[in-house]
Parts: sequence; structure tokens; C-alpha cells
Amino acid sequence: MRGDDVPTTPPTSGSGRPAPAPAPRAPGYFGRPVLKPPVWTWEVPLYFFVGGLAGGAAVIAGVAAVARAPKALVLPALVLAVVGAAISAGLLVLDLGRPTRFLNMLRVFKPTSPMSVGAWILSGFGGAAALALASALFHLGPVLFWLGAGPAAVLGGLLATYTGVLIGVTTVPAWAAHDRTLPVHFGMAGLGCGAAAIALAMGGRLVPPLRTILLAASLAEVVMGLWIVARRHGARDRALYHGHGAWLLHGGGTLTGPATTLLLLVHAPAVLVAIAFLVGALINRYGWVLAGKASAADPEAALEAAR
Amino acid sequence: MIGDGKDSTNQRENTFVADGTTVGFLTDVTLCIGCKACEVACKEWNGVPDDGYVFTGQSYDNTGALSGSTWRHVQFHELDAPAGREGGGAAPPDDLGWLFYSDVCKHCERAGCLEACPTGAIVRTETGGVFVQDDVCNGCGYCVVGCPFGVIGRRDADLPGGGGAYKCTFCYDRQKGGGGPACAKACPTESIRFGPLDLLRAEADRRVDTLHARGVTGATLYDPRDTSVGGVHALSILVGDPERYGLPRAPEVPSTRLLRSWLSAGLTTAAMLAITALAFALAAR
Repeated sequence: MRGDDVPTTPPTSGSGRPAPAPAPRAPGYFGRPVLKPPVWTWEVPLYFFVGGLAGGAAVIAGVAAVARAPKALVLPALVLAVVGAAISAGLLVLDLGRPTRFLNMLRVFKPTSPMSVGAWILSGFGGAAALALASALFHLGPVLFWLGAGPAAVLGGLLATYTGVLIGVTTVPAWAAHDRTLPVHFGMAGLGCGAAAIALAMGGRLVPPLRTILLAASLAEVVMGLWIVARRHGARDRALYHGHGAWLLHGGGTLTGPATTLLLLVHAPAVLVAIAFLVGALINRYGWVLAGKASAADPEAALEAAR
Repeated sequence: MIGDGKDSTNQRENTFVADGTTVGFLTDVTLCIGCKACEVACKEWNGVPDDGYVFTGQSYDNTGALSGSTWRHVQFHELDAPAGREGGGAAPPDDLGWLFYSDVCKHCERAGCLEACPTGAIVRTETGGVFVQDDVCNGCGYCVVGCPFGVIGRRDADLPGGGGAYKCTFCYDRQKGGGGPACAKACPTESIRFGPLDLLRAEADRRVDTLHARGVTGATLYDPRDTSVGGVHALSILVGDPERYGLPRAPEVPSTRLLRSWLSAGLTTAAMLAITALAFALAAR
């Protein structure tokens, strides 16, 4: 990729200087990164995982309550949603360069910033899920319960999917190339994580609806994985196929997708299935963040994405 | 405006902030001599901490890149022929050449960092500059992945003001006092020009024409107005492909893809609810 009008070898003249071998020009300026890699550390991919799990659990809790599922399912689901929301908030605070200013996130509501919209989604989700859990535990009546559980189910879905928007709507080439795939990928993984975590919280019982949800989520992960691999974007998303991030990404995807599907079909122990999906989803999030860092640091990816 | 001396907008007192005049930079690689006075003036005036004593081995450039602690960066390009005379012309074929490019925040017409900032810390000033309010920024780092030029950076925690996002302020404080940015004031060749943006755009067009007439056929104005960035307030006159300077040919603001990504998130949320409902309905049968 030269894209350049400077001849690398001037023609030899009578000056006697031998023509140097043509040196391949590094892309951009000395091959230095064109974009800044994301500054996010370990907290952010862990938040993507925990937030997705909490959101998925809230979706299941809300629908289960409508379907009059036993309390043994609804209560652990709500607990997972509330605890997950609290841990998520903690991780987001830790990740900030200036953690004491976390509340500045709620200073404005900015539709142009997925980070701002996400902070509001997480806040609303945490409040709604806590209200639903409190009314279920202390018998505060159906009105308060549904005032919490209803919004928590919808906001839970958005909490699991918005993280895909968050990283997709950036200049990081490998993320930007998948700005529509990532919300589906993260959302379905979050739903599966919710089902898997509820199953573990119920003492390792994968009751029929949870089994169906986990099967749907793992099949969706298979489709997402094939979709991403089939539509490669050249230099733009090559960070998804080289380096540590790629190994985590595909290793995690293999666990949540084909491995979980297979384990479900052979009726493997519920604990094994649940752990396979959870571990897969967790390392897959780390893979996406690591690959994003590599992609932003790749000048060819950045320049190609902006032509 | 070139040659106006102490009457130039780089030097004279102005009322741009009071008048709400949109101002800009015009950085001209054909006039830059690589003295790095702009880098030094910027560091001194703005109290920017050092960015490490690193030996890059890349020509005389040991600064490397713009960052939270580098708001002006002079690139050093070693050429096989004098700039603009590539491929022959009057110069002897074994003559070498230099290009120096003083890179800076572009102060985009539509700024990715500003749109990405969740706290409202990044604002637009009266003169059209993009400014980070340090007392509001909580260091979330989302502006860093919103910038199409890789300019804004989060400063390491152990540095003064660490943890926050920083970039060129367009010397907003100096502008409010009726002055021009420190880099433009210090530039000895007026390779960096500061003034009303519309005047600079007109001057840039004239300068490119002049350069073409003098045989520097590769001279171009870098001002991506037909992209979603909508043009920049820090114009650059370059020689050759912008990519040589690490500048994207068609920079895009990420927010152009907001709608389709959120649509995907919304539909997935509906699908998650539907799949769960179906699962419970099947189990109830």
C-alpha cells in the first residue's frame, strides 16, 4: 500500500551513486498508528459480560413472571439482575480515569453518545430491577412489582445489546466493521448467560424454558460466528484473525456456539453446559476488546477504513 | 495575509471571541522548517507534561505522535527528491528532500470526540474550537475511540492532571485575552497561520495555486469537507497523499452509524423477549 507519489528509487545518474534497493514504505507516517487504541483495561470486558448476564436474567425474570413461572426461578433471576447491575456500576467506576467523578455521567443525556445513553440504561435498569426484587421479597404488591419488572426486562435487553453499539459506533476499524452484528452477538450471549446463571443459581437445574433459551442463544452464537467469519473486511478487521485477541474471541465463540449446542444435544450435565457458555462469553468479550486495541493500532486498517 | 508581520492575525490583538468569529489554523508543509518551536511554545504555555524521553529512530522526530501530553507534533519526512519535484524536473536526480508537518487537533466541523463525550465535558467555543473542560471530564476514554484522527488521548494517572482526556485547546485562554494560539505566535516562518476560518480557506486556495504554478504539483489542501466530518478548522497544505502524514483520505464521524447500530440493538432486545416468551410458552404446553 504505497498510495504515494514519491519514487522510492530515484533513477541513477552519472553521479556514480548506486541505485538503492526499493524500500517498501511503511503505511502512513513511519507505520505509526493512525488512531489511538482504546484505553480501557480489564474492567470493561468484564462489565460487558456481567452487564449482559444481568440484562439477560432480567429479560427472563420479566417474561417468567408474566408466564407465572415458579418463584424458585423468578427470584434468583431478579437477584442476578440486581447484583449484576451493582457489580456493573462498580466496574464502570473503577475503569474511569477519575472515578470520583462517576456521577458526571448523569450530568447530561446525550443521544449522540452511546456511553451516555448506556449510563442512563444501566441506572434505570438497576433501579427497576431493585424495585421488582424488593416488591417480590417484601410483598409490596403487584403494581410496584410490575413497575419494576416490566421496565427491567426491556432495559435488560438494551443493557445486553447497547455494549455492541458502544464499541461498534467508534473509529476502531474491526469494531466499526461489525456495528450491526455486535449488538445481536452481545445480546444473544447475554440472554444465554442469564439462562446459564439462573440454572446455576437454582442448584444446577436446567429447567425446560431455560434449556430452550440456552439452545436458542448458542445457535444464535453459531450463526453470528459464521456470519462474522464469512464476511471478512480485509485489513479493517484482520485483528479478529491474528494475535491474542483473535484466540480469545474465537475460543470463546466456539464455547458459546457449537460447544454449548453440542453439550445441550447430548444432554450433558446442566452445570457443565452452563459453565461452558459463561466462560465462553467471558473470554469472548476480552477477545473483542483486545482485538479492538490491535485494530486501532494498525495504520493500514485505519487508513483503509477511511477511504 | 502572509508577510503582514506584526499586523498578522498571528500577532495582533483581536476580538474573535467577543465577535463569535469562527477561527482556524492553516499549517503549510512547504513553509515549515522543522524547528519545533510550536511544540515547545504549546508545552510551555499550556503546562503540558513531558511525554517521555523516547528515542524513536524515526528521523529527528522523537515526539512520535499527538497525545494527551502532545498537542503539536512536528513530523519529519525524509524524501528521495526535493518536495514537489519528485520524478524529475530541475533538481538533480540524487538530490534529497525534506518535508515537515506540524500536526494538531483538527477542531472538526462535526467532532467525533465531542459527540462521544458522555459528560458534556467537551464543548464548542465561541470561535468554533473543540474544547475539553478539564473540571468536568471523568476520564471515561470514550472520546479516544470517537476521534477519526487519533488526536485526543487520556493522560496517564501518574502525570499532572492524570486520568483526564486532553488535546489542543486552540489556546482558548489566549483567544479570550485577544491573542492567538502560542504555536502560531511562535512559528518563525508563518507556516502556522491563525485567523478567521473563511479568510484562511481563501488564502489556502491561493497558496495551493501559487505552489502549483511554481511546479509543486503535489500540493493539496487537506480539508475533508465532503465527508461526515464536514471540514476541519485546522487546515493543512500538504504535498502528496494525505495518508503519508497519517491523515485518512475520507475521515468519518462514528455517529453516522448510530441509527443502524441502535436499530440492531432494539430489534435484538425484541428478539430476546420473544425467544424467552416462546421458551416459556413451549414449557407450559
